[in-house]
Amino acid sequence: MRVLMRGNEAMAEGAIRAGCRCYFCYPITPQGELVEYMARHLPRHGGVFLQAESEVAAINMVYGAAAAGVRTMTSSSSPGISLKMEGISYLAGARLPAVIVNVMRAGPGLGNIAPAQGDYFQATKGGGHGDYRLIVLAPSTVQEAAELVMLAFDLSDRYRVPAMILADGMLGQMMEPVELPEPIPPEKIPPRPWAVSGAKGRPPNVISSFDLDPYRFREILRALWDTYREIEEKEVRWEEYATEDAELVLVAYGTMGRICRTVVRRARKEGLRVGLFRPISLWPFPSEPLRKLAERVPVLLTVELSAGQMWEDVRLAVEGRAKTPFYGELGGVVPTPDEVLREVKKHVHS
Amino acid sequence: MSTVEAKAPAGFAPVYTRPKSLSAARFTYCPGCHHGIITRLLAEAIDELGIVERTVGIAPVGCAVFLYEFFRCDFVQAAHGRACAVATGIKRANPDLIVFSYQGDGDLAAIGTAETVHAANRGENITVIFVNNQIYGMTGGEMAPTTLPGMRTVTTPEGRDVRTTGYPLRMSEMLAQLEGPAYITRQAVFDVRHVQMARKAIIKAFQNQIEGKGFSLVEIVAACPTNLRLSPPEAGRWVAEQALKYFPLGDLKVRE
Amino acid sequence: MPKGLVVIDKERCKGCGLCVSVCPFGVLTITRELNRFGYNVAGVSAPEKCTGCAMCAQMCPDAAIEVYREAKVKEGV
Repeated sequence: MRVLMRGNEAMAEGAIRAGCRCYFCYPITPQGELVEYMARHLPRHGGVFLQAESEVAAINMVYGAAAAGVRTMTSSSSPGISLKMEGISYLAGARLPAVIVNVMRAGPGLGNIAPAQGDYFQATKGGGHGDYRLIVLAPSTVQEAAELVMLAFDLSDRYRVPAMILADGMLGQMMEPVELPEPIPPEKIPPRPWAVSGAKGRPPNVISSFDLDPYRFREILRALWDTYREIEEKEVRWEEYATEDAELVLVAYGTMGRICRTVVRRARKEGLRVGLFRPISLWPFPSEPLRKLAERVPVLLTVELSAGQMWEDVRLAVEGRAKTPFYGELGGVVPTPDEVLREVKKHVHS
Repeated sequence: MSTVEAKAPAGFAPVYTRPKSLSAARFTYCPGCHHGIITRLLAEAIDELGIVERTVGIAPVGCAVFLYEFFRCDFVQAAHGRACAVATGIKRANPDLIVFSYQGDGDLAAIGTAETVHAANRGENITVIFVNNQIYGMTGGEMAPTTLPGMRTVTTPEGRDVRTTGYPLRMSEMLAQLEGPAYITRQAVFDVRHVQMARKAIIKAFQNQIEGKGFSLVEIVAACPTNLRLSPPEAGRWVAEQALKYFPLGDLKVRE
Repeated sequence: MPKGLVVIDKERCKGCGLCVSVCPFGVLTITRELNRFGYNVAGVSAPEKCTGCAMCAQMCPDAAIEVYREAKVKEGV
């Protein structure tokens, strides 16, 4: 049954259907509707909705609820996500599953509330302290936003690695028809023998990211990085559109990925063989498929709502096999398809 | 780790034996540190109420950072200052658990002020043990929000100057103004009489949580012999004679 | 007054002296004996004076002291 929904609301509904039962938040535009939706709907599903005194408090409440073995989530936007970085590093270190939604806005600093993609590094390179990674998924439609939130809960539980949804203000605010996925039955949610539930008939459980002994801590981190390697092998997701005969492929994600799909259609009408490579998992980044593409496509044009962040991962993956120009917009400016098409025409000629 | 088995020697009956909810691990506190007494009282309270199997403790960052090693109940390590938020998350996720946070003055009254004030203001049904020893012990003796005026620390080498660092922060008085808390009390452990009173206060704070009365906080004015550069007995006297001037003992809020 | 008995776990004791300072009957002292952590451990120097009041145990920051009292033998049982 298709429903017309705002991106923020679809992500909230996706979380509820994934079995999220504790949601902690703090007000910030442009993810306000996600908060409001949770306030109205989560309690009706027997869930806990709590508006915290700060994003710092909210992420630490997530830490507590996750430690207690409940599916839990928080959402915010860029400046708020910066405040959560310490807590996210602790979640990663303590192997606690949790979902963090970032509805990105233009920065740095207070910036504005227009859509942007300037938090890519923060999300994918470990924005907090220490050697950790987050599973980072980037939706480009309202439908995908709902689905990726559910996937985030599943992956986060399976690997005990926090997962982040990297959306932006446009995707959060736009409305589109959505076919909502079926709710996950509670028995499908994996058990958590490690959680703090009261040491009855078992030795005490300790949720911690702390170890003074470097050799022991190294073993803990080696196990963590083994998990990251496994995720890199198994959980890469991307979409290719019209790349089979492409002479230039646009590399873009999220809202930018969506706009570039239109650019591909317009270019094709003008006889330009243009395609799109859209990463869906930003970590693990789809380096392998991008590298294969670079072996036959002469130009990979990265397009971002930033000064170029994913662009670095594109160049790392391509390693000179193809030209990797860049086109970015700053300040919350979202380029139109024609503006991107003009950029494309600098690199290919009909 | 050698421990004295709690078997009474022949012909003798036990008067005091090691609390059951303590693990076998040795405490990591300095000799004579009041943290050790408070940690032991915490275990006595958990034993008395028979709740070790449903209790979850939150370990702070500070001298009590190893707290989870000393107990037989589940534990969660919180980031510095965030224990009250972590406790909130756990309690909201599973209200059947008895949740307590154990925090020092830097953890609770400096970096964790907002988390503490708002957990109290929400009347969160948790128990907070607040060890006020007027110093950052673990990191080497820096000034804390509760350091007394004129007191020398590694960050106030000439003595705390109130003109530039302000006055000792009275968290219990602040929190007692709020509607949320059910019980705010300030105790001490520098002699046996006060140890006994502190023990009752901790038990009451846990009892409140069991009965769902809401936020309870027990502040304990404690001594850090190492940073006071006093012997443990002298450090206790220093608390009694100096610290209590700023931190008067007694119940600040009791909601029956 | 039935006789008391103090049992000190030497490996936990850190020789802080708090038990000695609160014992009303001077039963305890800090000995010259070292435990394996290098602390001079507390010890019972006047066992006959101990009444089993357990003030030492209540003051100990390492939960290293246990206290017992002579079980009164019930006459005629």
